[in-house]
Amino acid sequence: MSVSPHIYDGENIPRIMWAVVFSLLPAGIAGTFAFGYYCLSVIFLCCLTSVVTEAGIMFFRKQPVIPTIKDGSAVVTGILLAYTLPPGVSWYVSVIGSFFAIAIVKHSFGGLGNNIWNPALAARAFLQVAYPAAINSDWRIMHHGIGNLVHNITRIDSEGKLMDAITQATPLTKEAGAKIYTLTQLFVGNIPGCIGETSVIALLLGGAYLIYKCYIKWYVPVYYIITMFVMVLVLPQREVTPWANNPFYHIFSGGLFLGAFFMATDMVTSPLTKRGLIIFAIGAGILTALIRFYSGYPEGVCYSILLMNTATPLIDRYTKPRLYGTRRKKG
Amino acid sequence: MTLVKSQLKTFLGGIHPAEDGKILTLGKQMTAIPLPRTVYLVMSQHIGAPAKPVVKKGDFVKKGQMIGDAQGFISAHVHASVSGKVVDVVPWPHPVTGIKCPAVVIENSGEDVWMEDMNVAADTDNLSPEEIRHSIQSAGIVGLGGATFPTHVKLTPPKDRSIDTMVLNGAECEPFLTCDYRLMLDKPHEIIEGLKLIMRCIGCKKAHIGIEENKRDVYNLFKDTVAKDPNIKVDLMEVKYPQGAEHQLIKALLNREFKPTQLPLEVGVVVVNVGTAFAVYEAVKFSRPLIERIVTVTGNGVKDPQNFLVRVGTPVRQLLEAAKLTPDVNKIIFGGPMMGIAQGNIDTAVTIKGTGGILALRETQQWESRACIRCGRCVDSCPYGLNPSELSIVCEAKEFDLALDNNVMECKECGCCSYVCPAKRPIVHLIKFAKSEIAKRKAKG
Repeated sequence: MSVSPHIYDGENIPRIMWAVVFSLLPAGIAGTFAFGYYCLSVIFLCCLTSVVTEAGIMFFRKQPVIPTIKDGSAVVTGILLAYTLPPGVSWYVSVIGSFFAIAIVKHSFGGLGNNIWNPALAARAFLQVAYPAAINSDWRIMHHGIGNLVHNITRIDSEGKLMDAITQATPLTKEAGAKIYTLTQLFVGNIPGCIGETSVIALLLGGAYLIYKCYIKWYVPVYYIITMFVMVLVLPQREVTPWANNPFYHIFSGGLFLGAFFMATDMVTSPLTKRGLIIFAIGAGILTALIRFYSGYPEGVCYSILLMNTATPLIDRYTKPRLYGTRRKKG
Repeated sequence: MTLVKSQLKTFLGGIHPAEDGKILTLGKQMTAIPLPRTVYLVMSQHIGAPAKPVVKKGDFVKKGQMIGDAQGFISAHVHASVSGKVVDVVPWPHPVTGIKCPAVVIENSGEDVWMEDMNVAADTDNLSPEEIRHSIQSAGIVGLGGATFPTHVKLTPPKDRSIDTMVLNGAECEPFLTCDYRLMLDKPHEIIEGLKLIMRCIGCKKAHIGIEENKRDVYNLFKDTVAKDPNIKVDLMEVKYPQGAEHQLIKALLNREFKPTQLPLEVGVVVVNVGTAFAVYEAVKFSRPLIERIVTVTGNGVKDPQNFLVRVGTPVRQLLEAAKLTPDVNKIIFGGPMMGIAQGNIDTAVTIKGTGGILALRETQQWESRACIRCGRCVDSCPYGLNPSELSIVCEAKEFDLALDNNVMECKECGCCSYVCPAKRPIVHLIKFAKSEIAKRKAKG
């Protein structure tokens, strides 16, 4: 005999996860237009490896395999990981990264709902350390821009040079060897970068859909991006790179929108309450700026979200909802 | 005059069920069904000590005769709902708790004669508060919104507390139920009279009537009914579950907050349901005890959903058959779909005073429960500021101390969290389990 309530709304995990997959399509399409069909095989390989790994682990854990695969969460991890990889990344890097995301980051903690870190981001961080050469090369640059499928793809093994080109070139000052990108180019995605991070407009489209469906909270990306924007304004001016103090350049480049809409909003690894999520988003924004400004890495989105994931249980502890009819406890 | 949404009174949290099923019975007038051949009157029709049967096998009773004597202050009398012969006094499974409880079984003689000095109109203008309270107590009136708390207890506030405002609950926020709506449409004057009697009884001058926005016709009707009375205010509230729960109602109407485990008394308020106010009117004006009420019989498991006027103790099968029960019905629920109690055996189920709805559902969704994905929907929906996500996890792990730390005892089991959970976690089930385990542990000492 069942206990009340006896009716439910129509939401369930598969619906949410497949909606996330759907919302990630525009960014993938934009990436494919920009960098060529090889991107599709990277995305496909990451998804396939994720799903097969999840199926295998569920089988060995003697838990239902088919329902777990059908819920789409492994596909989401696969796509997200692929979106953070260079367009020309070697096949074995995709496979190792996806396996690491599912087997180590997700299932060693108990599977969906129990992982501490976002699997895709943690795998990306792992690849960064384990295969620095592979992850910082294989950049592709298109010569004709979005909308031109037939273009020459040049492989540039630049040891991060082109990554630098994204984050160090500016529309205002020309530097020798670095390509310059306008804000419009950044917004549309007419720039080099990882598969799914370049087109701000495509990411916004998917994010807006998720906000409309109430699957992510609007205030997470908004606070994250605004914090980043403000940080760029308030941090001390630097002469190293003239664009360094242009907040628009910062928020439109380097995977901030991908991170803000699709990774910081990962339900499992972010706080429960609105207050908690806002703290989480602001924290991620501050960390991203600090890493970009003061560390050796050009990009800070990945590590900042992972660090905030780590802080999530602590944030949860201090942002418990207020029991109705009582005042909020301090501390 | 139209109110835009932001002007509607409301509270934080809660849910908006998409299909609330009220459409099935909204247009169905109160109709009487043939008198039951036998009624089964369980002695525990209320919160508090069960009444003690004062009749024995073979006695003849008249309609309205007291057959169960209240035991103590927090208890309520039980009256014969038909006239006839007591055929047995037996333990009978209680429709809410499922535990066996003594019941008086009366075989209806068909004459349906009232007890002497009942069913006669009295002059209520000069009654003292004590006399009103006495009439309410003698009539065995309990809260008809579902909680069945004895009304005379509610109307006896402790000496050190003053009640400044009455709230009449016409929200009816449970999906599917329309019994209060039909009653409000048919008996606005009687309900207001009942409300005024209660106000006089507790010496309270001001009253608010809360009605959900989906019942605009009732809102207008009540506005007209109390037009001459400046102390009674009718308010339109947002359609949201659980708008009709005491805490949310008082928050919406008066903007006063109190802890989930506290009573409205804490903020100087008494809440009564419209059905209760009507029963008070009947009792004080006509000396009619509470033996009859309106019951919504609905759901996709009946072909002809209805609002029936039902004698207390009527077998549920009779009601379901009058509403043309379909053979493939899967679940019978007492009350609404959010907080109602599923019945184990439809053949022993009988109505009690608090039964406002009987819901017959054909198929119910079966979902595999998954691990919590921490989406936070339950936290957003909890109107009491609890963390259902964490509660469900610690209750599942039987970590009862942690459950207590997370205020498990403050949960009112409204069901919003389970309703919205995409992982289909049985959150309310786990919380109920933890509460009963904690109570057991406490009893052991």
